[in-house]
Amino acid sequence: MIDRGYYNGFGGAFIPEILVATFDELEETFRKAKNDPAFWREYAALMSNYSCRPTPLTFAENLTRHFGGSRIYIKREDLNHTGAHKANNVMGQGLLVRRMGKTRVIAETGAGQHGVATATMAAKFGFQCTIYMGEVDVERQRPNVFWMERLGAEVVPVREGSRILKDAINEAFRDWVANMDSTHYVLGTACGPHPFPEMVSYFQSIIGQEARRQILELEHKLPARVYACVGGGSNALGIFSGFMKDPVELVGVEAGGRGLDTGQHASRLCAKDASVGVAQGYKTYFLQDADGQMRETHSVAAGLDYIGVSPILAQLKESGRVRFEAATDAEVVEALSLTIRTEGVIPALESSHAFAQAFREAPRMSSEDCIIINQSGRGDKDIFTIADAFGDPKWQEFIIGKAGKYHA
Amino acid sequence: MLETYLKNRLKERRILLMTHIVMGYPSFDDSHKLIETMVAAGVDLMELQIPFSEPVADGPVILHANQKALSAGATVQKCLELAKTAAASFNIPFLFMSYYNILFKYGVERFAGEMAGRGLHGAIVPDLPPEEGSDYLNAMRTHRLSPIFIFSPTTSDARMKMLASHARGFVYCVARKGVTGLDTRFSGQLETYLERCRQATSLPLALGFGVKDRTDIDFLKGKADIAVIGTQTIRLMEQRGVAAVGDFIAGLR
Repeated sequence: MIDRGYYNGFGGAFIPEILVATFDELEETFRKAKNDPAFWREYAALMSNYSCRPTPLTFAENLTRHFGGSRIYIKREDLNHTGAHKANNVMGQGLLVRRMGKTRVIAETGAGQHGVATATMAAKFGFQCTIYMGEVDVERQRPNVFWMERLGAEVVPVREGSRILKDAINEAFRDWVANMDSTHYVLGTACGPHPFPEMVSYFQSIIGQEARRQILELEHKLPARVYACVGGGSNALGIFSGFMKDPVELVGVEAGGRGLDTGQHASRLCAKDASVGVAQGYKTYFLQDADGQMRETHSVAAGLDYIGVSPILAQLKESGRVRFEAATDAEVVEALSLTIRTEGVIPALESSHAFAQAFREAPRMSSEDCIIINQSGRGDKDIFTIADAFGDPKWQEFIIGKAGKYHA
Repeated sequence: MLETYLKNRLKERRILLMTHIVMGYPSFDDSHKLIETMVAAGVDLMELQIPFSEPVADGPVILHANQKALSAGATVQKCLELAKTAAASFNIPFLFMSYYNILFKYGVERFAGEMAGRGLHGAIVPDLPPEEGSDYLNAMRTHRLSPIFIFSPTTSDARMKMLASHARGFVYCVARKGVTGLDTRFSGQLETYLERCRQATSLPLALGFGVKDRTDIDFLKGKADIAVIGTQTIRLMEQRGVAAVGDFIAGLR
C-alpha cells in the first residue's frame, strides 16, 4: 500500500501484519473501480433501481413558516431501501466484493441500520453474512436483529468490553483476520484503516452530488448552510462533499448526550474530553483517558454512540472548513417531535441531531437564504427506541399487554 | 543486545521459551508471582503486555484478561513499575507488548526512554507496521531497544525482507491466520512457512499463536528458535493457579 490515506496527519492504516495483503487487495480493487467511469454508472444504476435514488430534496414549508428565518430543505436519505444512507455504502462495497470474488461479508452494527443494510445486500448478492453487534445494542434494537436474521444473516452478540459499537468493530476485525480469503469486512462508516474512510465517503458522495443539483434546480442558488449529524461521519461527508468547493457553510452535529460537561456524550470534535489517538486501525480524535484507554460514550442515538470520528472530518475540523456543534438528547427529542408534527416526516434519532442544530440557527437567518438538513435515516423503524425517548405511556401499556399474551 | 543474548542462549538450548503475561491480571501481585514462577521454571525471555481497551489482535482469553486488568485499576504507570521491578530482580530479558495508542499517548520518545531506564529490551506493537512507525523506530534506535516485527503466513517474501530490515532482536512469526489462543495445526505447511521466514532474515525466529504443549515445542525444534507460550498459561492460571503454571513450563522442554 503506497497511499496510506492521510488527511493532514489523521487516518493511516495501523493494521496487524496478517491483514496487510488483504488491505493491499482491497485498495487496488477500489482504486481500479474509482478510476473506471463504468463502475460509478453501474453503482448509480443499482441505487436507482434498488434503493429509490435519487432521493428527493423536500421543501419543509411548515418548518420554514414556523421558524420564520431561512428556507428549510430536507435531503431524504430516509427513503433509501432499508431506511438510511447506510445502503449507499453497503451496495457500493457489495459491488467491490463481487469484483474481488469473495463469498462472505461481515459487518459491525450499533443501532442495527448498517447490519440490516449489509444483510440486505448479502441477500441480494448471494453472500453469506455475519453481523457483530454489542450485547447492549442487541437488547435495545431487537426489531433490527429480527430483520437481519430473516434476511439470512447470523447475528453474533458481542459480550466483551462495553458491549456496544466499538466492541462489535473489534470482533469483526477478529473474524476478518481468520477468514479474509473468503470474507470482506463491510465497515459501516468513514472510519477505520485506509482505504475505508476514502471508500465509504466516495460511495456516500452520491448524496452531495444529488443535493447540489437539486437545490440549484429548486432555488437557483446554493444553500447558505448544510447540516448533518456526525457519528462516524459517513452521511456528513456524503452530503458535504457536494459543497466542499462552494461558499457554503458546512455544519456537523455531534451527540451531546446528557451535556458536554457531564462526561456522558459522544462528542469527539466539540468536547474537551477527546484527544488524538490511534485505535481500530486509524488516527483521529478519540474519547479516551490520559493512558489512552477508550472511555464509555453515551447518546440517545445508538448510531452516534462511538469513540472515534472520521479522520477526514478531523482534518476538516482543524482546517476550519466544517463547523462542529453538539445537540443534547433532550434537544434532539424535542426537534424530532416538532418535525413529526409539523412536517409529517420521521427522522431517525441520529438525524434529529442535525435538525436540532438547524432549528437553533434558522430563525436568525435571512428569508433570502436556504439551508439543507440531511435526514440520514428514518425513525419509524426504531419505534421501540423512539417510544422510550418520548416516554410514551400508551406504548408502554401496549408492550406490557403484548408481553402478557406471550406468557398466556 | 537482545540478538546476542538469544544467539548465545541458543548455543546451550535447542529452543528457547518466551512466555507472556497481561500485567495487572488478575492483580499486580499475581503478575509479579507469575513472573517469578516463570523465571524459576526456566523461561528465556518474557513479554509483558500493557492492557489496552481495544486489543484487536488478541483472542477471547487475552482480551478478557486485558479488560479484567483495566477494570481492576491497571494503569500504564503501574505497568512501568512492575516491569522495572521484574527487570531488576530477574536475569532474563523482558519486552513490552502493547498496542500503539498506549505508546502514542505517553509520547513515543518518552516511552522508549522509560523502557530503557527500566531495563527493558524491546517491544512488540502488533498494530504498528513500520510504514506508520518512523517515530517509534527512531526512538527505539536512540535508546538501543529492539523493535520486534511480525511475519505472517500472508506476508510476501519481499515484504518479509522489508520488515526484517527494521527488526532488531528477533522476528515474531505468527503461525497462522486468526487471533491469539486458537488451535494451530503443526504441519508441513507451517514448516514451509518457517523456511520462508528463515530465508528473509538472519535474526532468531520466534513462533507464536497456538503453541500449547510439549508436542508443539518438539515439532518446532530445529525449525524455530523461540517458542511463544501466550494464552495457554493464562488458561492454566485461571483454572489451576500460579503454581500449576510453573510445573507446566518446566515440563515443556
